Amino acid sequence: MAKDNLLSYEAALEQFEVVIGLEVHVELNTKTKMFCGCANEFGSEPNTNVCPVCLGLPGSLPAVNKKAVESSMAIGLALGCKIAPTGRFARKNYFYPDLSKNFQTSQYDEPIAYDGEITIELDSGESFVVQIERAHMEEDAGKLTHVGGATGRIQGAEYSLVDYNRAGVPLVEIVTRPVFGAGDKAPELAAAYVRAIRDIVKSMDVSDAKMERGNVRCDANVSLRKKGAEKLGTRTETKNVNSLRSIENAVRYEIQRQAYILSQGGTITQETRHWHEDRGYTSAGRPKSDADDYRYFPEPDLVPVQPDIAWIESIRSALPENPAARRKRLQSAWGFSELEFRDVVNSDLLDQVEATVAAGASPQAARKWWTGELARVANASEIEISALQITPEQVAAIQKLIDAGDLTDRMAREVVAGVLAGEGEPAAVIEKRGLKVVTDEGALIAAIDEALAKQPDVLEKIREGKVQAAGAVIGAVMQAMKGQADAARVRELILERANS
Amino acid sequence: MSELVYRPASELVALIAKKEVSSVEVTKAFFDRSEKLNPVTNSYLHLNRELALAAANSADEALSRGEVSSPLHGVPIAVKDNLTTTDAPTTSGSKILEGWVPQYDATVVTKLRQGAMPILGKTNLDEFAMGSSTEYSAFGPSKNPWDLDRIPGGSGGGSSSAVSGFLAPVAIGSDTGGSIRFPAAVTGSVGAKPTYGAVSRYGLIALASSLDQIGPVANNVLDTALLQDVISGHDPMDSTSLPNSLGSMAQAVRQADPKGLRVGVVKQLSSDGFQPGVKELFDDTIAKLVAEGVEVVEVDCPSFEYAVAAYYLILPAEASSNLAKFDSVRFGLRVTPEGNPTIERVMAATREAGFGPEVKRRIILGTYALSSGYYDAYYGSAQKVRTLIQQDLNRAFEKVDVLLTPTAPTTAFKIGEKVNDPLAMYLNDIATIPANLAGIPGMSVPNGLAREDGLPSGVQILAPQMQDALMYRVGAIIEKLYLAQWGSPLLTKAPKLEAK
Ligand SMILES: [Zn+2]
Repeated sequence: MAKDNLLSYEAALEQFEVVIGLEVHVELNTKTKMFCGCANEFGSEPNTNVCPVCLGLPGSLPAVNKKAVESSMAIGLALGCKIAPTGRFARKNYFYPDLSKNFQTSQYDEPIAYDGEITIELDSGESFVVQIERAHMEEDAGKLTHVGGATGRIQGAEYSLVDYNRAGVPLVEIVTRPVFGAGDKAPELAAAYVRAIRDIVKSMDVSDAKMERGNVRCDANVSLRKKGAEKLGTRTETKNVNSLRSIENAVRYEIQRQAYILSQGGTITQETRHWHEDRGYTSAGRPKSDADDYRYFPEPDLVPVQPDIAWIESIRSALPENPAARRKRLQSAWGFSELEFRDVVNSDLLDQVEATVAAGASPQAARKWWTGELARVANASEIEISALQITPEQVAAIQKLIDAGDLTDRMAREVVAGVLAGEGEPAAVIEKRGLKVVTDEGALIAAIDEALAKQPDVLEKIREGKVQAAGAVIGAVMQAMKGQADAARVRELILERANS
Repeated sequence: MSELVYRPASELVALIAKKEVSSVEVTKAFFDRSEKLNPVTNSYLHLNRELALAAANSADEALSRGEVSSPLHGVPIAVKDNLTTTDAPTTSGSKILEGWVPQYDATVVTKLRQGAMPILGKTNLDEFAMGSSTEYSAFGPSKNPWDLDRIPGGSGGGSSSAVSGFLAPVAIGSDTGGSIRFPAAVTGSVGAKPTYGAVSRYGLIALASSLDQIGPVANNVLDTALLQDVISGHDPMDSTSLPNSLGSMAQAVRQADPKGLRVGVVKQLSSDGFQPGVKELFDDTIAKLVAEGVEVVEVDCPSFEYAVAAYYLILPAEASSNLAKFDSVRFGLRVTPEGNPTIERVMAATREAGFGPEVKRRIILGTYALSSGYYDAYYGSAQKVRTLIQQDLNRAFEKVDVLLTPTAPTTAFKIGEKVNDPLAMYLNDIATIPANLAGIPGMSVPNGLAREDGLPSGVQILAPQMQDALMYRVGAIIEKLYLAQWGSPLLTKAPKLEAK
């Protein structure tokens, strides 16, 4: 399907300077929609979260969701933006069946937030400052499903279904200024930027920030210009790149595709392009020009949002720590290796580990619990780890008992299982299940004697230096003690016996 | 009891309250008359006998429990058919909505129901309120009870002909550029456009959101005031609705004292272009006020000259966007062309068949006015004129309490006379448009019959924003002066409809 000729990446970068621009749509997680009281909920039955306003029925009028405005301002502030004294809504007029009013209520020349910047650090440690032109509020459209036809696209479909549950869901669109000078790092920077936005809105809890659900969506603009040239090249806008990997791949693909055309003396068509994740290429969409006429005009049904200083400052003071700065701080405080730390971050367990450490566990112990046993349990029961019914404080309490020698690792896992099963606090589970390390040395020695009697050659092997032979005896003793013995102590006793 | 229909609403409500007559009897009287005469006047598009009688019955029951729900408790009312009602079709005078029954009541309709006012039916209007004569209604023109060959004004000609023909004691209208006041003037009735935001627009099928305002229509100033008191007040569903109450209009009417009043006559609206008889009646009104000791001065509003031009850019621009939702996807008419049409073709065919010529004319005009490259010259300039008109008015209201103008340049014209001359039709609104552009209140009160044709004329009172009470006070003063001259209301001089 992909018939584009591509120039090699290296050759492309030798001849051209890459300029990228990114538009990120963040779907807010407010309880209700932007302009009506309908639930803002993912996964409901089609057309159940709808009302006259979001269906665009005659006579209905919008009313602004204050919480959505607050979230939008918070995003702007987190990106270092200024907040406009007057944020005006505007109508963007175009006909499309997923757009209930056939105009989108958005913002045009008076966005709520503007002129920000964010520093993006790549894995290599190199960092880039990305300028934010604006962050504005708008409403999402409904969702079309095209039925029949081969491609699932509107062309060739027999009919299309429209679900307006998403119509009117609040969005914040964050637009960067053109980013220059990233060179061969442009694709990586694009992905890192979107990841940074995702992490920020997630840390602020203003969005569910799930890219796979479209909570964070990115359109990537790419243009090339001959090295040394002043004038910007013609750009393409690649839509629907909805994973970090796709963003990187799509930008790289566009660089190579455009470089080939330009190197052959051709010209780039200004257009939107679609990224095909499965086959890794972009295809031409609608031609786009600056003359695309949306007939913007101020929304007469809404009064402008005019946030006062006190409101802005109260939002600013409630902003959480920047996620990148926080990661840096925690990694150094915990002393994790790069790999260990990335494991925690990628599993989205920073909060849990931090809270467990705060409750008294060592960083390594906290990490092991969450990325190990607890991740396994969550995975086995097919739920999110954050949905497990155990608190970081409980995990830390269990770890303390291990450290004090009151629980073996195996017993501790049983305590965790008990807590997860709703049997109460760790102490209650221990009590109820009778989990207590056997500290009676006499009982241990008796059990060891019994085991050695069945495996008489073990002591000899140990004396010959095959210390691992002790394992079989330890296993037998632990079984006899129903697991409630300290395996390390059992091992010590066996070794003492062999060497005495 | 047939004489009941000639009683003012203020008397009917008193009779009902004293149980000398029931709301059911009053409502029946209006239905008996309407069922006989509506085929003559075409005031109503839909009559609601059973439901209205049920509502009247509830009103009577409430009274017998001692409950009084509003200052017009038990008085039936006609509602312009561009307000949504759950129990009657709502067409806005258009084929594109024929048969559509909304799932929600307009806020004003809710207030009428809560105020125990039985809704007699839905009244005719120019399609989507675009027009000055009801000739652009998809369901035929309404007739002026004074002369059935003449228009009852527009767009609210159904309401004005119902009230002036005694087919309803009071009615609801909507006024975007004069659609309440012009019909009132040419039918010898009273109509008021409140301050923008005084009455909720939720459920009013929008023509031009920044200009539209719902208001009362009645046979006298007190009834008009009582109705405004029933329908006004803040509504969280309409973001442009005023936060505070403007007080009681009925109380202002009862204080009809001319002492200390200063009146301005607008230079730009007192010379050219007025029918001589209309001009003479206006001069007579001014002379009467002067005789009462009222101070009258001429005020200069130079920007009024551009009001009609600005209005016919702003209105079509907003209307072109407001009417985009009529696309066949979610409600209303759907026309499916032959073959296997795309959604674009279905939308286009529906709009082609569903909209009338004036609506199409204004959609095209508005689309053009908002187009990129033309926006500043048209929509932008028109908004500037709007600001200038507000400034003219602010200056004028520093010198005087209210402004007076003839409501319309002429008396009622003949059906068919102007229908093919849009520009001539647009000029009917020359005196009423400034109030909508500036958001100030305006009302029309009858001031006699023009000597050329014996048809009614009206004087318009314009007051500063939110000073609706002052406007009503002046309306009551003028009405009182004329009652003293005529001995009975002007409408009693109208030819009896029964005779025709
Ligand atoms: Zn809704």
